[in-house]
Amino acid sequence: MTEYTSEFDDIPGTRVFTAQRAKQGYQLNQFCMSLMKPENRERFKADERAYLDEWPMTEEQKQAVLDRDYNRMLDLGGNIYFLAKIFATDGLSYLQAVSTMTGMNIDDYQQMMLSGGRSPEGWRSVKDGT
Amino acid sequence: MARITAGLTTSHIPAIGAAIDLGMTGEPYWKPLFAGYEWTKAWAASEVPDVVILVYNDHASAFTPEIVPTFALGCADEFPPADEGYGARPVPVVQGHPELAAHLAQSLILDEFDLTLMYKLDVDHGLTVPLSLVYGQPAEWPVRVIPLAVNVVQYPPPTGHRCYTLGQAIRRAVQSYGEDLTVHVWGTGGMSHQLQGPRAGFINSAFDNAFLDRLISDPDRLARVPHVEYVREAGSEGIELVMQLIMRGAMGPKVEELYRFYHVPGSNTAVGHLVVRPTE
Repeated sequence: MTEYTSEFDDIPGTRVFTAQRAKQGYQLNQFCMSLMKPENRERFKADERAYLDEWPMTEEQKQAVLDRDYNRMLDLGGNIYFLAKIFATDGLSYLQAVSTMTGMNIDDYQQMMLSGGRSPEGWRSVKDGT
Repeated sequence: MARITAGLTTSHIPAIGAAIDLGMTGEPYWKPLFAGYEWTKAWAASEVPDVVILVYNDHASAFTPEIVPTFALGCADEFPPADEGYGARPVPVVQGHPELAAHLAQSLILDEFDLTLMYKLDVDHGLTVPLSLVYGQPAEWPVRVIPLAVNVVQYPPPTGHRCYTLGQAIRRAVQSYGEDLTVHVWGTGGMSHQLQGPRAGFINSAFDNAFLDRLISDPDRLARVPHVEYVREAGSEGIELVMQLIMRGAMGPKVEELYRFYHVPGSNTAVGHLVVRPTE
């Protein structure tokens, strides 16, 4: 852990996609990229577990995908632009998928964005409580 | 001699591309956003450069987890729109300018910017949404485009200062090209947004507008802002803003602001747009 990466850990509700996380999530993100091909999307949708078992991912990563637990996938090395291939396969927009990570329902999240987005107040620093 | 005659920044939100492609630009949600680009479309129609150097980032389309180039310059004859998982956008194939790109590659690498050179590159919404916002829906794009893809997905991305000095080197490179060409440099991405975690939906319009002010009048100090400040003040995906410093570096010491637009929201994101002209 360096000062460069530990500074990011002070920012609430955020997992920065570092080189370390990229290595951890390599197979998860490669699985996501495979969903760019229509035939792979079809095979995944037909039997998600069987398709996931073709990839050398950890059991935790596979379970997070099955649960569509995007925060967990981020913890396990996923990055949103790769994970986007999963929610595109599910027919969800960025807005719909991103809202699931916030604990808000889609309508409340959309309303927050229409009202100017999430205010920075209280979301800058864990340490300083600001 | 080739000359840089204008610069532009804009967000490149994928939902904007979808709204254009599906004919939804007149809907109440989208109307104010697209109205903010009407001035630019008129200006762009009256001032068409030979080449646009278009700074953007790929979003897991051309660059897989297998390769993460910090700066990648498009040197091919043409660049097809990428299939991002929903089918490729129905937009024209982007025509490159391989002669100027080869000159840029030589000049920039000898200037100690160790670029990755791309002779095959599918371009995603990061590049095609800005073209749609500025040029609408033509049968062919009216300009040739040299893509410059920047890694802002995996940390660390390049520093703001590295981006700014790369822009300055692009200016030197363009000015040393023998053919009489006009060139625009576009820096895309941003503004504040976060697409992940419980903090998703983060927007900071005070930071964004101060960023645009400083991009115009105080770029040397703006270039020294560290990554953590971008994440703290503009959200994890707000780090895309460093790409706008490449545009600013390419404009030279002083610019005149021709137009500015700022709007929230575009999907999860704050939309920011500037048009500038170098004055020295």
